[in-house]
Amino acid sequence: MLNSSRLRIIGRRLLQAIPVVVLSTFIVFGLLKLVPGDVAVTLAGDNASDQRIAEIRELYGLNQPFFLQYGSWLWKAAHGDLSSSLISNEAVLTSIQRCLPHTLLIVALALFTAMLIGIPLGIAAATKPGSWIDGFVMAIASLGVAVPNFWLGMLLVAFFSLQLNWLPATGAVSLMKDPWASLSHAILPAVALASGGIAEVARQLRSSLVEILSSQQVRTLHAKGLPPSAILWRHGLKNVSVNLLTVVSLLANRMLAATVVVEAVFAIPGMGGLIVNGAMNRDFPVVQGVVFTMVLIVVTLNLLTDILYSVLDPRISS
Amino acid sequence: MTDATTMVPARRPSRFAGFARWFVSDLRGAISLTFLLALMLISVLAPWISPYAPAEQDIDAALAPMSGAHWLGADDLGRDTLSRLIYGGVASLYASFLAVTIAVLIGVPVGVLAGYLGGWVDATISRVIDSFLSFPAIVLAIAVTGALGIGLTNGMISVGIVFAPQLARLVRARTLVVRNELYVDAARCFGGSTTRILWRHVLPNAIQPVIVQVTLLLAAALLAEASLSFLGLGIQPPDPSWGAMLARAYQNMEIAPEQMYPPGLAILFTALAFNTLGESLRVALDPTMKRN
Repeated sequence: MLNSSRLRIIGRRLLQAIPVVVLSTFIVFGLLKLVPGDVAVTLAGDNASDQRIAEIRELYGLNQPFFLQYGSWLWKAAHGDLSSSLISNEAVLTSIQRCLPHTLLIVALALFTAMLIGIPLGIAAATKPGSWIDGFVMAIASLGVAVPNFWLGMLLVAFFSLQLNWLPATGAVSLMKDPWASLSHAILPAVALASGGIAEVARQLRSSLVEILSSQQVRTLHAKGLPPSAILWRHGLKNVSVNLLTVVSLLANRMLAATVVVEAVFAIPGMGGLIVNGAMNRDFPVVQGVVFTMVLIVVTLNLLTDILYSVLDPRISS
Repeated sequence: MTDATTMVPARRPSRFAGFARWFVSDLRGAISLTFLLALMLISVLAPWISPYAPAEQDIDAALAPMSGAHWLGADDLGRDTLSRLIYGGVASLYASFLAVTIAVLIGVPVGVLAGYLGGWVDATISRVIDSFLSFPAIVLAIAVTGALGIGLTNGMISVGIVFAPQLARLVRARTLVVRNELYVDAARCFGGSTTRILWRHVLPNAIQPVIVQVTLLLAAALLAEASLSFLGLGIQPPDPSWGAMLARAYQNMEIAPEQMYPPGLAILFTALAFNTLGESLRVALDPTMKRN
């Protein structure tokens, strides 16, 4: 599996990721430059004392040239020091460590749901293109992309929590503390988050499967007398499974974004609440910390996908 | 289909005839376009057709169900839901178009320059685009809004900035192809300036996928506006937008659950219409794509 040429590819991918990470940190820090007026005065809020303003000026090194400011911020961030909230004074890293697990649980569960529902739908549509099943799946896919996740979340709460009383409407429980309660809190948000993912998985799977099933290669297999189910499983799905990887990494990025709003619906104390409150109160260290963490997650996921891709697909070895 | 593609037209059909044929042949696209045009008409006519002023309060009607006086009921402050839906549509459409316009104004020139100039300019721009694309869109938009200050216009400027790299990447790829076409070489041989070549030859030929993408981005921008306003980072009270209406409806869900249907359905149908129209345009504008 891992010969030297593969390792070289992986090494090259790692190298390619470095400029993206550096530029992303530059963008995260550069957000500060968008604040209108004197940054320190604006961030200190109304009626701030001169001392407070001076503190913030000190925190960001605002008296220094821009690249020095950026350099010292990056140096600290690389060492896990994302400074602390301007409002609560809590270290940003501590807040993120508290909130991130809730967000990751929902996103992971949503990805799983998207696969669980999207894959069978995609297969059903691809095996009978043009049939009513195909039309039905494509209609669901169009709706899934257009429906606002947070509205779907509201509908789920109205039905499953208020009407049927099956699942809790709001809040979150740590997976470590009580796994069952944790999952029961995470199911509805995950389903709300998964709607676009289901659509995307079904659509991608259908289009790549249809292409393979109508290829010369598959026609030969038919002629050879191989049963259709064997063709589907052994030749169709095996070939498209690699494509699904790309979809998953794309979805992870989108879900990390959409979870911010879904968390608001379900009152989940995750990364969403953190960044929304941060943006409302111009609590800039928190905003920068959350964005920075999310970018790191996305870049890592993209990297993992690339590496897996080159390991799984024999064509990318040369 | 036994079909129009094999028939050779006697003369070039007029633009209107072509449009009419498309309208009849592509029912979903036609319905979407009609829906969106109707929505825009309603938005333009809002002051005349809206039954109440959007911020007019009638405390007696608070959370009223559907009735003759309030067709879609009223919210917790007794404001007419139908009127707020109409005015909310104005805000939502304005927001979507604002964001997408900004994305086009930034993304298209950057993409054309990167693709046409190539070399280190292209390498640098491409890295920057890659970096921007690794940010989850709404998260970056929230951060930018936090920096610029809360409000609908700032929020949609943020969304526009976040969408721009997607367009830039698309235009860059298209420009790379067009740049090597014979007619661009010819223009260069005749001594056309770079600006002229870009304007007259590269841009018009690279723009087609942009039109499709813009339509799809309008749906994404609509959802982004709804999200930001739902979170309280977009439109500010008492102004209505569909996202903000949902936020209010959610607070009163246990008393008046029906209040969350009109704005939610409005967002769903409008986003669906933009997406469907985008897919239709993709087929209609692409001469190589066979209809199936």
